Order: sequence, then structure tokens, then C-alpha cells
Amino acid sequence: MLWKHTIHIQGSENMSLLGFLRTGLTKSRNAFFRKIGELLKGSKGIDEVREDLEETLILADVGVVTTEKILSELENRLNGAGEKDPLEELKDILVDILGGEDVPDIDTCIRPYVISVVGVNGTGKTTTIAKLAHMLIRKGKKVVLAAADTFRAAAIEQLKIWGERVGATVIAHDLGADAGAVAYDAVNHARARGKDVVIIDTAGRLHTKHNLMEELKKIHRVVGKVVNGAPHEVLLVIDATTGQNGLMQARVFKDEVGVTGVVVTKLDGTAKGGIVIPIRYELGVPIKLVGFGEGLEDLKPFSPRDYVEALLS
Amino acid sequence: MFENLKEKLGKVLKNISGKGRLTEKNVEEAVKQVKLSLLEADVNYKVVKEFISRVKEKALGAEVLQSFTPEQQFIAILRDELVRILGEKKEDLKLVHRPSYVMFVGLQGSGKTTTAAKLAVFLKKSGRRPLLVAADLRRPAAVEQLIHLGNRVNVPVVVGDRKDLFKIVAEAKETAESRNHDVVILDTAGRLHIDDALMEELAKLKELLEPDEILMVVDAMVGQDAVNSARRFDEILDLTGFIVTKLDGDARGGVILSIRYITGKPVKFVGVGEKLDALEPFYPDRIASRILGMGDVLSLIDKIQQQMDAEKMKKMEEKFLKVKFDLEDFLEQLREFRKLGSMAEILEMIPGMPKVDLARSEEELKKTEAIICSMTKEERRNPRIIDYSRKRRIARGSGTTIQDVNRVLKSYETLKVMMKRLKKGRGLFKKFGIPF
Repeated sequence: MLWKHTIHIQGSENMSLLGFLRTGLTKSRNAFFRKIGELLKGSKGIDEVREDLEETLILADVGVVTTEKILSELENRLNGAGEKDPLEELKDILVDILGGEDVPDIDTCIRPYVISVVGVNGTGKTTTIAKLAHMLIRKGKKVVLAAADTFRAAAIEQLKIWGERVGATVIAHDLGADAGAVAYDAVNHARARGKDVVIIDTAGRLHTKHNLMEELKKIHRVVGKVVNGAPHEVLLVIDATTGQNGLMQARVFKDEVGVTGVVVTKLDGTAKGGIVIPIRYELGVPIKLVGFGEGLEDLKPFSPRDYVEALLS
Repeated sequence: MFENLKEKLGKVLKNISGKGRLTEKNVEEAVKQVKLSLLEADVNYKVVKEFISRVKEKALGAEVLQSFTPEQQFIAILRDELVRILGEKKEDLKLVHRPSYVMFVGLQGSGKTTTAAKLAVFLKKSGRRPLLVAADLRRPAAVEQLIHLGNRVNVPVVVGDRKDLFKIVAEAKETAESRNHDVVILDTAGRLHIDDALMEELAKLKELLEPDEILMVVDAMVGQDAVNSARRFDEILDLTGFIVTKLDGDARGGVILSIRYITGKPVKFVGVGEKLDALEPFYPDRIASRILGMGDVLSLIDKIQQQMDAEKMKKMEEKFLKVKFDLEDFLEQLREFRKLGSMAEILEMIPGMPKVDLARSEEELKKTEAIICSMTKEERRNPRIIDYSRKRRIARGSGTTIQDVNRVLKSYETLKVMMKRLKKGRGLFKKFGIPF
């Protein structure tokens, strides 16, 4: 595992995320999750609230199958010996699914550490890369961005603007150039200049497009030839508004290019991003980062406890 | 695109058809399956609940028609209810003013910029003179993106000073009037529906432009939250419709049902590919048939008509009338199909066709071409004379096997039968949308 799992301490960063998510929910026009809290507080069984729980989880895009599994697990736990608080039990179940109390952190000790950022169109890959670069640069890392989205018009310009704002070198070719060649140059540049991290901005692609998935594999093969083990990290960007298709995206990207983590973006809207629960539950892919705004600071490590607390408080 | 929903409903209906009639018990079971399917397709939970209760009520109260099997009856009810929500007919753009303003709005990443260029292409094809306006000043390089796209499709793009939204819009108005553009498409920045300041900005733009169309661009992969954003955008702007993008993936697109149900506003176009001509008018009745596993034959016919060479098409039609359809026509058809883009996409629309691997079907197409080209003229015109020894010669000539030749002949026969059926059945299709 290249990500360092540290014991979660309720630090200021995560507090603010929790605070943020809570505010987000207050803003939301249907605060279903708060209803859950009220429903479960003091109740002994879930029979009388089962349908409401189902509704709440499904409306958060958790999906029918995973919702049913969660609810059966809740029933099991509540039927066990001893008095239990149903709300706390439900939170624990969700935290367990999402990877426990640990908050993942990026450990970029290999140099250059190569991160490939992938996903379907419009999830926020380029913005996420800018935020991630900003986060790493603030930790004192030297960051190179590879403009390997050579397909979408002006994607290169977009990355260059971000690179300038955050202080990262951007390696780019022209529109329509070979994406593998761009990534290759970027990693070579990083190695020659002693840079710490390379982040590759790949073109958005629907996971159903076979040829485009092949191109992605090629990019990864090419960087693997320059630096052993690269890409060390393949981050799949999932939009929080995504429905059940998110699970299919994650499955295909995982099978095809070995996703090491998920970034959930756009959590500042009213969407709950509940699709990450089946992604973690069914596929075992960890959620690593959350994005919640257009500012450079709006990216944080994913804390399962904070996420669940924010959803169910 | 609705593949999985299709399969599941198919299974449900099979269960019903095994039994004699619609009873409370089998309706209950079928309805439960439909509910699961719709939820997995991301139709909003509340929409599903209301939809399901109506279907159940109707199915149980339905008069038993002698001529219908229970399966057909259930499909008919389901379809009627779907169409009731989706709307009966295709809804066109209503561009009444000159110049006519079209505003694109939506969340970040839904595909507004690409779709703006696609709509410009679509309008150009129908004889309009569109103008694009780069009104997304928030996302870095969004303006450049629209300029690139405008260049590619040969439509001018107004960028103004790239700073002041309202100045840019004023310049766009001037340009449209002085250069005689009849449609002006405004690409606005993506924004969250709960961002009151930015929503207010859109309301001001609306007031200024008095657009004929305010279209919200929605990603087909969006889940349950779609209803919240659509409702809010509609409250503030009184939308005229939606464009649903990225339907070329495997998202089941339940969002189409949800947004229409919640806002009552129609989906006018759907985006079906990365190419800039991959924007199609939305046919609600056909989507309903498609959801119900009937394939989308009507959409297919329309696509062929639009993109096939008009003259060739006329010749082809003449052939249909004579119900003579030989291997040369078949080859011609295949070649025309290729123009339509992905073969898989076409085949998927034909009921009963299994899902096809795109790369493989292209290869098959080449093989088929080789095989037909290795036939004599006589053989092509009258395939019945192709016996075993001819097959062997054709296989050798095309570098294929006899099995390959047989396959081509078989698919030719299938298509021929289908053409005949389509010709006879078109009236019927229109009436029911389903080939009973």
C-alpha cells in the first residue's frame, strides 16, 4: 500500500470538512438524513422505520442492493444481545464499509511519484488535479502536471492556467497529440529535474468506449517504462451527483487500469455521493479524497467517520 | 443504453406470461420487479413510488381484453403510463424571434459547451445561421474551448472582452443583428442550483435576452439528486426543456423520467457521442418502447433517412416498394450504415439483436463486403442460385470460410424479412408503438 494510513485524529482540517458537510446539508432542501437521525433516536427496532431508512439511503444514491444489505446488517446487530442505539449502529456499519476510522494520506516518498487521474467526462478531473497539486505544493513538493487530455478542446489551456495559479510546471503538446507521449515527457522531465510528483490529466472517457480505455492503458504502460511501478496511484474521479452508473464506472476502470482510489467531487451541492458506499462495499476500492467547491483549498482527505456523521447527524 | 432495464422488464413479463391472467399476486410481483429496475436505472425514488402505484391500480382494474395475453396487457399499461409521463410527441425547439436566443444552463460538467457546438451543427444542417456566445467566464479556458469548437464546426463565436458577462451579451446581440444570425446560443458557466448569487445572474441574463429557449443540460449518469437541481433551475428560470447528454454510455438514463415528471418540461435533445454531430431529437414514445424491450426501430428508420444519401435512399425505397431486396442492396445498406457511425449503435436499436462488440462488427462488415464482392452479378441479384459449390468458390475468393458465407446469406435473409415487415407494419407501429 502506497498510501500511508494514519490513525485518525480529530484535527482542524477534518473538523472543517465535517463542519462544511453539515452546512451543506442544512442548505439542502430535503434534509432526509436528519430525518433518519430523528427517526432512529430512541427507537428500539427498525421495523417501523424500515421504509424511511430505505428511502433515505436510496435517495442518497446508495442503490437498492447495498441499501438492503445495510439494513439487514442493522437488523442483525440490533437483534444481538444488549441495548444498542440504532443510529450509532447504523453509523458504525457505514463507517466500517467505508474503511474504518483511518483517514488516507498521500505518501509520495517514491520520486517521482506518478499519479494518473482518470474518469468519465465532466466529473472534475482537471479541477481536482489543480487542487491536489496545490495540496502537495503546500507540503513542499515539486509538482509536474502532464496535459494528457489532448482530445477536449482547450483542456490543455485549462491545465496551463491552473498550473500557473498553483505553481506547478505543465508539460503539454498540441491538441490531438499522442497522450502517451505527453505523459512520457512529463515523467522524464520530473526525473531529470528532480521533481517529486507527476500528476497526469487524462481525457474524460466513458468506460464503455473500448478504444479509449486501451489508450489509457497505453499511457500507463509508457510511464511504467520510465519509472518502475508507475503510475503509483490511479485516482478515479466520481461526481457526487452520479447515480448507479458510478458503480459500473468504478468496476470497469478498476478492472482495466487498476484504480487505487476514488476522489468524490462536487459534494458542495445537494447530492450526497452515496454511490461511494457500494463502490467501496462491492469493489473494495478506497475513497481517498473529497472535493467540495471551486476553490483550490476545497479538497480534503476522505474521513469515513466525518462523512457518515455529516450524513446522519 | 437501456439495455439492463430492458432485460429485467423482459424477465418480469415472462413471469406473467407463464400464468393465465393478471391476478393480484402476479401483478404485485411484476410491479415489485419494475420498481427495482426503475430504481437501479436511477429514476427518483418518489417518482418510482407514484408511478408504480398507478401501474398497479390500472393493471388490477383493467378490463380483460379477449385479444390480449396478460403479458401484452401489462406491457400496454406500463407503456401508457411511461408515455403519459414522458409526453406523447417529440418537442421541437420553438425559435419564434429573430434573432432567437437559446440559453444553455446546468451544473458543472454536464456537457454544456460541447452540446452548444453540437446544437449549432444541428441548426446549421436545418438551414439556420447560428452564432455561439462564450458566456462561461468561470471555468478556466472555457472560452478557448468554445472558440476551438466554433472553428471546427465553422460557426462564429462571440467572446467580447472575456470579463464582463453583460457586455459580452450586448456584443452578441449586436453581432447577431448586424451579421444576420437567426439563432444565438449562449453557453453559460456551470453552477450549483443552491448558489443563489449565480442563479440570480442567470435570471438577469434571461430578463435581458428574453430567450425563446432555456435548456438545462443534464448528464444521463446523474442519480437521485437530479430532481433537486432540475426543480430549482426550473423554479428560477422557467425552463423550456432539457438536453440529456452522455447517453452513449451504459447509464440507464432514468433521469429522463424523473426530470420530466418533476418539472413537466420536455427533453428536446439527447447527446449520443463524442462527435459533434452526435445530437439527436428526443422521441419520448420511442424511448418508452425501448424501455419496454421493443427496440427502437422508429429511431433507426429516422436516422437512416436523415443520413443516407437522398438519391440512394430514393432508389432504395423504390426497391422496397417492389419488395425486391438483393445482395447488392444489402451491401449498399451496410456501407451506408457505416456512415452512421457505430454499427453497434444501429444494431442495438433493432429488437431482438444481441449486444454487439463494436470492433468485431466493423471486422464483420469488412468480411461481408469481401464475400459479396466475390460473388458474380447474377448471384448478387438472385442469391437463391448460390449452392454449395458456389459457396465454396465465394469463400475461397474472399479468403473466408463457407460458414462465413452462410452467415452473410442468413443475415441478408433476416434483414430482407425485416424490411418487408417494417414496410407493412409502419402504420401499426405508430398506433401502438409495439409490434403485437
